Amino acid sequence: MLELKNICFNRDGKQILDNISFAIDDNKFIVITGPNGGGKSTLAKIIMGIEKPDSGLVLLNGEDITNLSITERANKGIGFAFQQPVKFKGITVYDLINLSLGKKVKFSEACKYLSAVGLCPRDYMKREVNASLSGGELKRIEIATVVARKSGLTIFDEPEAGIDLWSFSNLIDVFSDMKDEISGSIMIISHQERILNIADNIILISNGKIKESGTRDEVLPKLLNNTKTCKFLKEDING
Amino acid sequence: MDKKLNNIEKFILKKISDIDDFPSGAFNIRENGSGIKRHTTENVNIVSKTDKQGIDIIVKEGTKNETIHIPVILTKGGLTDIVYNDFYIGKNAEVTIIAGCGIHNDSCETSEHDGIHRFFLEEGAKVKYIEKHYGQGEGTGKRILNPQTIIDLKDGSSLEMETVQIKGVDNSIRQTFGNLAKDTNLVINEKIMTHGAQFAKTEFDVVLNGENASTHVTSRSVAKDASKQEFISKVSGNTKCYGHVECDAIIMDNATVKAIPEILANNIDARLIHEAAIGKIAGEQMVKLMTLGLSEKEAENEIINGFLK
Ligand SMILES: Nc1ncnc2c1ncn2[C@@H]1O[C@H](COP(=O)(O)OP(=O)(O)O)[C@@H](O)[C@H]1O
Ligand SMILES: [Mg+2]
Repeated sequence: MLELKNICFNRDGKQILDNISFAIDDNKFIVITGPNGGGKSTLAKIIMGIEKPDSGLVLLNGEDITNLSITERANKGIGFAFQQPVKFKGITVYDLINLSLGKKVKFSEACKYLSAVGLCPRDYMKREVNASLSGGELKRIEIATVVARKSGLTIFDEPEAGIDLWSFSNLIDVFSDMKDEISGSIMIISHQERILNIADNIILISNGKIKESGTRDEVLPKLLNNTKTCKFLKEDING
Repeated sequence: MDKKLNNIEKFILKKISDIDDFPSGAFNIRENGSGIKRHTTENVNIVSKTDKQGIDIIVKEGTKNETIHIPVILTKGGLTDIVYNDFYIGKNAEVTIIAGCGIHNDSCETSEHDGIHRFFLEEGAKVKYIEKHYGQGEGTGKRILNPQTIIDLKDGSSLEMETVQIKGVDNSIRQTFGNLAKDTNLVINEKIMTHGAQFAKTEFDVVLNGENASTHVTSRSVAKDASKQEFISKVSGNTKCYGHVECDAIIMDNATVKAIPEILANNIDARLIHEAAIGKIAGEQMVKLMTLGLSEKEAENEIINGFLK
């Protein structure tokens, strides 16, 4: 179980996260949603250890991990798919899958992770993870490598961005399968109604604060009825 | 000329030419200043020079898919080995040439190998030339390599050169000269890693003389510790031609990297591009690999190994 207690994060005189507290129980599927600039990515980075909060605690299965490094958190079972995937020079998709799994696997074994995100392994395995790949391709590779880790808690930051509609249906399957296969929790930052639809719990973050939080059945109707929030949901589908 | 290879020799051979014993096909292995074994084929002849150290490698017109190995091993200190190798590649011949120099210096004296390689490609010939440099040894003796490559491409011929120098070479000045006729293509990929107090300098000078001549020079290097690197490239275009030089360096610790580009267009249809970038390892690449469970050191190694792959 992951628990955030009173997380605050200020930069340039701006309160980016203001006293955020919530918990993600084991085997839960949580969707964080809210307008751009609300602080969602910052929150994800704080959980992964990429950013340090100014105050507050991050607890994983009861252990205070607030001051642990990224590597330590990764090894304790937190996985993170970046909103903007990182590009490399010379590192191939196959290399990245192996690094992600922490061991060198057979080509055929590595293939299944790419197939799952709708990429033909034959075309991609030897490609370098660099700017020659399109945004959508990079995004799917990012998702594939993170899924491969089978972490106790996996965070996806706007996985739908840049992914076409056909692949998007497959993506939903990826998350559903993941939920069935692994005994772990999934936290997805998303604006997509179809992703909100498969959530156990939904949290709405705006201006660094939690505005709504509860089960899907509690929160979703409010989001869809509220014209203001509904507007951002629609606007951001392509963004 | 008949001998078996010992373990150090085998190890160095493996490092520089991916073979650990006498290969099949044409080869000439040189050790500590003299040839130790040679083999020729119907299409590839190798003859010793009579006026100076070195060999002529003569490839018959139309030869296809042959690989020629010409490694050089230095296992003694206090030796300066200067060798002249000339490659004559016949019309439409297609060959791979694997050269390289490995120095194992356990002594306190300097070992130096200066290889001067000249390539003469006839019309339509195609060559892939792979050159690896490697140094090892426990002694304080310096390991110095100064390779020179002179490439002359006749109409329609092409040469692809791959040079790699990873660790162990204290001092190197590498010079490559190209003279390109009509419809030719010269591709050069260079990879260098220096550490400690090493110094590596690379100089490319390519002249595009014939119409539709083109060249792509890519240099990737990593400079660690207090090592120093210099990259000088000159490309001149005298006609309708294309030249692209790309220098990409990762700098670490207290290293120094200097890149000096020079492109000279003497014709309105010459298109020449030079790109140079020097910088430390991108922080976001480190972060990404650490989220996959790698330590900082492991992440750094993966990024560098990939970069130089
Ligand atoms: N390290 C930082 N320094 C300054 N501003 C930051 C920093 N990190 C995030 N921000 C700002 O915080 C706000 C929230 O960003 P982000 O977490 O990316 O929002 P979201 O993911 O919800 O769109 C933005 O205005 C962003 O510019
Ligand atoms: Mg974001």
